[in-house]
Amino acid sequence: MVEWTDFERATIQDIFSRIDYDVVGPAALSRCLIVYPWTQRYFGSFGNLYNAAAISSNPKVAAHGKVVLSGLEKAVKNMDDIKQTYADLSVLHSEKLHVDPDNFKLLADCLTIVVAAQMGADFNCDVQAAFQKFLAVVVSSLRRQYH
Amino acid sequence: MSLTAKDKEVVKAFWAKMSPKADDVGADALSRMLAVYPQTKTYFSHWKDLSPGSAPVKKHGKTVMGGVADAVSKIDDLTAGLLDLSELHAFTLRVDPANFKILSHNILVVLATVYPEDFTPEVHVALDKFLGALSRALSEKYR
Repeated sequence: MVEWTDFERATIQDIFSRIDYDVVGPAALSRCLIVYPWTQRYFGSFGNLYNAAAISSNPKVAAHGKVVLSGLEKAVKNMDDIKQTYADLSVLHSEKLHVDPDNFKLLADCLTIVVAAQMGADFNCDVQAAFQKFLAVVVSSLRRQYH
Repeated sequence: MSLTAKDKEVVKAFWAKMSPKADDVGADALSRMLAVYPQTKTYFSHWKDLSPGSAPVKKHGKTVMGGVADAVSKIDDLTAGLLDLSELHAFTLRVDPANFKILSHNILVVLATVYPEDFTPEVHVALDKFLGALSRALSEKYR
């Protein structure tokens, strides 16, 4: 069981209440596809991903970014059992989507950077630590059902 | 994943923009590294104060960014240019190279907070590649 301090719980709720899912989701996913281009392998049906400009303006990428961030919200609402919350999603990513779980960390790092850019100085050391701990638990839960 | 001519251009241009704040960026990145990845504190047990923004952290942030600045100037041949620094890290400091990635990540996070508009995905990928190349050059003499 993951132990969360009061500060960590409050910080995670605060961050997710502040960010605009419609901006942050698309920004994080498109950044991931640009900075780590091999992640594009999972999005063959998304059309034009030829360069950064194309990726940033691709409507399917944007739509999917929102899906991913909404998925994260489940964990925000169930911080005491993220493992169980993501059991089905983990099976989906493994058995149906066949996503290499190392990619989860890449997306998590891009999300950290996008949130950092949004929050500026408010994204201090302690806030960063709480956010990265949260994302690490999410990533671990998504990896869990792979075999 | 070697640096293209475009990557080098982007890195040099962004470095020119951020160099006035390099010391602060270094101090902040180091502070975050120590706070978010506590295992990195094991390399600094000789410091009196490991808290964010402390005097030893600030001083060392400056030293580290000095090294990064040097690397920018030697971007066309990082391996040769950073040979001495590599020997230092390999034989004297013996920092596990996995930590280079950790510090690089924190440098990028700081840049995102300080330059939210300028730290575009294109700049991000060029800098990530550069810091990766820098880390590899630093690891050169390890074994």
